[in-house]
Amino acid sequence: MANHTIATNVYVSFLDKKGFLSWFLTTDHKRIGILYLISISLFFLIAGTIALLMRFELLTPASDFVSPHTYNVLFTLHGSLMVFFFIVPGLAASFGNFLIPLMIGAPDVSFPKLNLASYWIYLLGTIIMLFALLQPADTGWTFYTPYSANTDADVILITLGVFVLGFSSILTGLNFIVTIHKMRAPGMTWHRLPLFIWASYATAILQLLATPVVGITLLLLIAERSLGVGFFDPAKGGDPVLFQNFFWFYSHPAVYIMIIPAMGVISEIIPVFSRKPIFGYKAIAYSSLGIAFISFLVWAHHMFTSGISEVAATIFSFLTFLVAIPTAIKVFNWIATLYKGSIELHSAMLYALGFIFLFTIGGLTGVFLGALAADIHLHDTYFIVAHMHYVMIGGTVMGFFGALHFWYPKWFGKMFNESVAKLAWFLIFVGFNVTFFPQFFLGVQGMPRRYATYPEEFQSLMSLSTYGSWILGLGILIMTVNLLKGLFSGEKAPQNPYGSLSLEWQVPSPPPLENFEEIPHVTDWSYGYGKKKEVDA
Amino acid sequence: MEKANMEESHGHIHHMDPEVEYSSSKLGMWLFLGTEIMLFGGLFAAYAIFRAKYPEMFLESHQELNREMGAINTCILIFSSLTMAIAVTAIQKGKRKMAGLFILVTIICGLGFGVVKYFEYSAKFAHHIYPDTNIFFSLYFMMTGLHMIHVFIGLVVLGVIMVLTFKGKFNEKYSTPVEMGGLYWHLVDLIWIYLFPLLYLVG
Amino acid sequence: MTWIPEAASNLAGKVDGVLLVITLISIFFFVLISALLIYFAVKYRRRREDEETPYITGSEPLEILWTVIPSILLILLFVYGFVVYKEMRTPPKDSVDITVTGKQWLWTFDYYNGKKTLNELYVRQNIPVRMIMRADDVLHSFFIPAFRVKQDLLPGRYTQLWFTPTKIGTYDIFCAEYCGTGHSAMLGKVVVLSPEAYDIWEKGIGVDDGAAVASLPPAELGEKIYKEKGCNACHSIDGSIVIGPSFKGLYGRTGVLEDGSSYTADENYIMRSILEPQEEMVQGFQPVMPSFKGILSEDDITAVIAYMKTLK
Repeated sequence: MANHTIATNVYVSFLDKKGFLSWFLTTDHKRIGILYLISISLFFLIAGTIALLMRFELLTPASDFVSPHTYNVLFTLHGSLMVFFFIVPGLAASFGNFLIPLMIGAPDVSFPKLNLASYWIYLLGTIIMLFALLQPADTGWTFYTPYSANTDADVILITLGVFVLGFSSILTGLNFIVTIHKMRAPGMTWHRLPLFIWASYATAILQLLATPVVGITLLLLIAERSLGVGFFDPAKGGDPVLFQNFFWFYSHPAVYIMIIPAMGVISEIIPVFSRKPIFGYKAIAYSSLGIAFISFLVWAHHMFTSGISEVAATIFSFLTFLVAIPTAIKVFNWIATLYKGSIELHSAMLYALGFIFLFTIGGLTGVFLGALAADIHLHDTYFIVAHMHYVMIGGTVMGFFGALHFWYPKWFGKMFNESVAKLAWFLIFVGFNVTFFPQFFLGVQGMPRRYATYPEEFQSLMSLSTYGSWILGLGILIMTVNLLKGLFSGEKAPQNPYGSLSLEWQVPSPPPLENFEEIPHVTDWSYGYGKKKEVDA
Repeated sequence: MEKANMEESHGHIHHMDPEVEYSSSKLGMWLFLGTEIMLFGGLFAAYAIFRAKYPEMFLESHQELNREMGAINTCILIFSSLTMAIAVTAIQKGKRKMAGLFILVTIICGLGFGVVKYFEYSAKFAHHIYPDTNIFFSLYFMMTGLHMIHVFIGLVVLGVIMVLTFKGKFNEKYSTPVEMGGLYWHLVDLIWIYLFPLLYLVG
Repeated sequence: MTWIPEAASNLAGKVDGVLLVITLISIFFFVLISALLIYFAVKYRRRREDEETPYITGSEPLEILWTVIPSILLILLFVYGFVVYKEMRTPPKDSVDITVTGKQWLWTFDYYNGKKTLNELYVRQNIPVRMIMRADDVLHSFFIPAFRVKQDLLPGRYTQLWFTPTKIGTYDIFCAEYCGTGHSAMLGKVVVLSPEAYDIWEKGIGVDDGAAVASLPPAELGEKIYKEKGCNACHSIDGSIVIGPSFKGLYGRTGVLEDGSSYTADENYIMRSILEPQEEMVQGFQPVMPSFKGILSEDDITAVIAYMKTLK
């Protein structure tokens, strides 16, 4: 690389250019990340409000707020919007887009136009979904046959919306894999890459290889409803359980698409706010790949009571226990990173530590579900609802909120009110636990999930859970208002307020148009906190 | 410097290095082909499961399929892969007209494939054989139907590439889109090569 | 608060053993991780802006330690879960067969002696039972929390589960696989009887509430049947349409049948609708009502009609 530093470029923030078209036609990964961020946040808030409505109905055993059918539509919408429109694109499409080129020292992703196309495809999926709302499905986000093949609702449109969304996920994954392979700055070897990149890489592989399977699954469901094919219809020689096998072949890797990027975020936040190198870099890096690989082998642990053979159940249970191992390794390494650190409990750090605490609960309760005898009792009860929300909210959403608070100054060039952020965190943390921890007990007591009405004996815990949802909702509201307010009236952000060594913090806040005035030459990993500088000879 | 060269060859600044851009496109296309394998993989899995479950139905029903038309289509596609490969080699040698011509032949083959399929499907419908007739025919229509959709997409893509080739957008220094189009077309051919024996030659 | 329903089957205690061991191990690791987390966050909190930190990047012995120990524990837990599961999936040779059919939104049970019940499963204490299960329409799941058993019901294929009830009493049956609008109304009860009481029941005489039931006024008995025999899953009493017509104002109503002829909902029409539901269907409703022949006696039907008469 020539050493010409004719740095005559006046700094132009990527946010400068205004106008609808400058956003709608942008190929800048930082802007595309914002487009995704706005969209997924919107769906998060909508689907979250639906959840509040559901929990409000569940204050009492009887169906006195909404009818059972409406309740069933609500939980279908809540699940579908949360899974497909918020959490699967989630951290990858928003923060992945923003951070990956910056962290590896590149001006953009490998295929910027494809990146924009991915977003437009996502938008198309949301428009199709809006039409689907005219005759909303009541099948649950899992669309199990035969119910989904026969019910009156407009299943075709909603599954078509999800199918289209799948393309967005696939193309984003493809873009990220090629970018990480081909666009790393000189000196940025694989073992110098930030752990968020390793996580994004593992996630992208899952997006690429697993998503087509849900694509074909939903196509087959659409064919069943429109053409009368009978792969899942016993009357025509088909098998309803086959749908479940196809569906979970994608949807299990999908849950790792949801969590692995969040784990990557935690690996970035903790070293910065402990001022210590990440402990066990290689273990964490390779565990992401290990989790991604094993995730393809465990899908039928969602189906232990579905009528699969005992042999199959046994194999899947064994493999499920295996996937716990690389996950546990990460938790131990994060905690070891704190040892002898210089810890600042910034709101981003609070989310990261909160993640470890809550994800540990989520992960440990997964062990219950991997154990065959225990799963028989717990499957399809509130224990599952609690487990999934501990990993998805306690895990992914905590990671998402942590990322929002950590990279906020870098992405938007502003600062938010830190005290209010801490208050919001506290409400979210408490509210979340009050909402979902009782649900473990409800499940053990036998309360099934997807129940619009329920036996009276469960009311005290159910209503406690509802009160928790109000605290959680309040916390999220305060957090959202605080972050939005900072955009308009926050202080201007310095380049590197937290002293991070990662590349994205070595450019102005917000970054300029092509990220780097000059492509950096990397000589070390980004976790060199506390490293003694070599004395020049 | 390098950037200027690149602008010359295809008119916009992209990566720092045409080498990088080429290998990136290749990696990207191979990854995309991987997703297509996963997509069709689901159907092949369904095929395997139902064939194991209903061997006699498969044996009996597949007699209704027109082996001759299937064989013709197989030959058409294999031939079209050859012409596409020739087109790629041609553009890599800078022979634009030849490349464009051979892409055209490939497209014509693809259209021919479509015509044969049209006659095949019509014959089925005339005999009251539809996707919901039984599981074998569900698989037949879904697998060949999805394949057909991919053929049409390929024809559109190749059509665009052909026009650009004739307009002189590609040469020996830059022929990436032609190669990528070729890769896609080979995959479409490959999938058919698996479909044909599995559906038409069960016995 | 009861943590878990009382263990009422031979399998329940074993499942609870698995649950307990996993709980204890989980609590151990949770406390360990949280304590370290909080301890480090407090002990190593930043006191000065320029304080130094050591450059520690990892420790291979620690990695090995915290990979091997959890792996061993996890394998042990897998084995324990598997061993109990194997027993749960292996009915003894001398178990008694009962057939369950799940349909939207009720359970019907067919006993080995030809007896049939709706939503109420009667079993003998200490005798192993094998439930042979099938769904009529969509997926359902037969779940008895007190017995710790659960298995999906599929259309077109039989599935099974088994248990030996150990305690006399009445326990909940839930449908545990989402099956549509009436999913949470698809409730049942399993009644575990002593051998003597079971014999009495088998012979057809009412059991624990026999005397009490016999002395209920018809409309009250009708209301009890409405709630316990699954009518409420499809028929409301407030005028709203769930699946079938509401019972409110039903008695004496006139209208048009599917075939265009007119009907009056008198005693005979209602009785015929309960025994042969598809024969005289009212226009605008789906043919999904099951027949209650053999399930509701004539006295039961009389009681239901009496109840309907009170719902003006």
